[in-house]
Amino acid sequence: MALVEVKGVSKRFGGLTAVSDVDLTVDAGEVHCLIGPNGAGKSTLFKLIVGLYPPTQGSILFDTVDITAERPYARVQRGMSIKMQAPSVFKELPVRQNIQIALQERLSGAERITEEDRLLTLLNLGPDSEKLAGALSHGQQQWLEIGMALALKPQLLLLDEPTAGMSPEETFKTGELIKSFNAEGMTVLVVEHDMAFVRQVAQRVTVLHLGKIFARGNLENILQDEKVAEIYLGKTHAH
Amino acid sequence: MFKLLEGPQTLGRGKIFWSCFLAVLAGALTYPLFADSYDVGNFAYFLIWIFMALGLCLMWGYGGMLSFGQTLFFGIAGYGYGVLAINMGGGTATIAALVLSVVLAMLAAGILGYFMIWGGINGIFFGIVTLSATLVLAFFLGQTAGPEWHIGPARLNGFNGMKGMDPLTVGDFYIEGSALYYTMIALIVIVYLALRMLVNSGIGNVIVATRENPQRAEMLGYDVRKYQLLTFVIGSGLAGLSGALYTSWGQFITPSSIGLPAAAMPIVWVAFSGRNDLTATLVGSFLLLFGFQTITVYSQQAALVLMGALLLATVMLAPQGFVLGIGKLAADWWGGRRRRDDGAVAEEAGRLQPEES
Repeated sequence: MALVEVKGVSKRFGGLTAVSDVDLTVDAGEVHCLIGPNGAGKSTLFKLIVGLYPPTQGSILFDTVDITAERPYARVQRGMSIKMQAPSVFKELPVRQNIQIALQERLSGAERITEEDRLLTLLNLGPDSEKLAGALSHGQQQWLEIGMALALKPQLLLLDEPTAGMSPEETFKTGELIKSFNAEGMTVLVVEHDMAFVRQVAQRVTVLHLGKIFARGNLENILQDEKVAEIYLGKTHAH
Repeated sequence: MFKLLEGPQTLGRGKIFWSCFLAVLAGALTYPLFADSYDVGNFAYFLIWIFMALGLCLMWGYGGMLSFGQTLFFGIAGYGYGVLAINMGGGTATIAALVLSVVLAMLAAGILGYFMIWGGINGIFFGIVTLSATLVLAFFLGQTAGPEWHIGPARLNGFNGMKGMDPLTVGDFYIEGSALYYTMIALIVIVYLALRMLVNSGIGNVIVATRENPQRAEMLGYDVRKYQLLTFVIGSGLAGLSGALYTSWGQFITPSSIGLPAAAMPIVWVAFSGRNDLTATLVGSFLLLFGFQTITVYSQQAALVLMGALLLATVMLAPQGFVLGIGKLAADWWGGRRRRDDGAVAEEAGRLQPEES
């Protein structure tokens, strides 16, 4: 069953068409990766889905409800959760308070504190919980933001380049974390450059090129597609 | 609920802080027993402005919205109190006039805030729009000298200002002098504690999150516009409370209490004190008002120049505010001393343990 349906969506910025007539379906329970070379329109499509940009044309459905005109907060209240490309945490607030702000609508009292502790431990941020979020390393800030997104216990987790700036070990661990949440039923849509990470987590892949859908399917088929290799992966990756 | 009196958004916690709070409160309550009535009246006058400072602290320090419009709402409620008190006939109705004038200021803030916040005005433009609205009101009221400018029997009177309203009254008892002073103290304690609870609550968390990163706050499911509007309305309502109390205290109000020099004052008080903390704002604003009034007796120009110099010094030397900086230094020093003491006690306790343990 489709959880997200993007139907004929285009986005133009003046004379530039960043996304052109895109159809995309994300099924409930899958990890779907959106890949493509720089300038392909991945981040624009991501921002269209989360509601940061209004589409020039087309519609977006979440759980069969048309959310095209809804603001981001309303989409989050429906069950989406978002992690943006650049770390976007509350830098002047302590790490724990960042998590608390994400959790407070869902849990309160001792339950909330227990969940805060669980997430901080899961993200290896326990010892730094009283530090200001701005004092964390880039990779830790990425994890903190993933933690804030997870704290909402969403149906759909949207991640824009979640491993940017992470070490290979941190990247692998992030992949395992995403897989574990997917195993519990969470649907995940990831925009990502790192092919090792895509191989680790993706169940289905959509390739964007010049703002259009170029290919889609499972990762093995995509990797064997000569045209995809030419525009994005490099032939050495394909063979 | 009282747990919210302490939290990450407010400086000061534990027995020592609250003991100091009670000591200061006790000092304030016993002050009229030792001071002459003129000084008590003056202190009541300083305290009137504290609400406006606390409101700006909430909006600017916690909410990230620099409003230059505190005297706009001060003026709306000040004139509102005058018009209502005169039209309602004075007496106990002045209490209703006070409440209604504050509600009027909050309503005006709700309307202006709605258009600004839903219109996407933020940052420096928020200050520009609120300042513009303030100057428009001050200019307009200055043009109301003619007899045609009246609301019922209440004449607005242009630059000469509005007068003739009763002070706050309960039955036949005028709330003036010591009674006004005690009323101010009670209101400040209520407002200060209520604001501490607000900023340390879940709503306060969202208010500071919106200041830090409004997009991230929205991505957590919060309609940040509603929280910004709430902050703006509460902060403006507090400015309105100052305005209504000011009119009641002096039984007059003029457009000069709304204009540019007056509008700049709350910014200086809060910037100097430390906009990120309610206690720092409360203490710093009182000290500045006291100092300003003392110097004004000798030279008003010197007092204004000093305020400008203080603002410059704050921007250059202590952008987070002098009082807050001193408060944090004191808290760090005290915390360090306690940690050292605890360490010494633990070391001593360890030394006294038998070897096998």
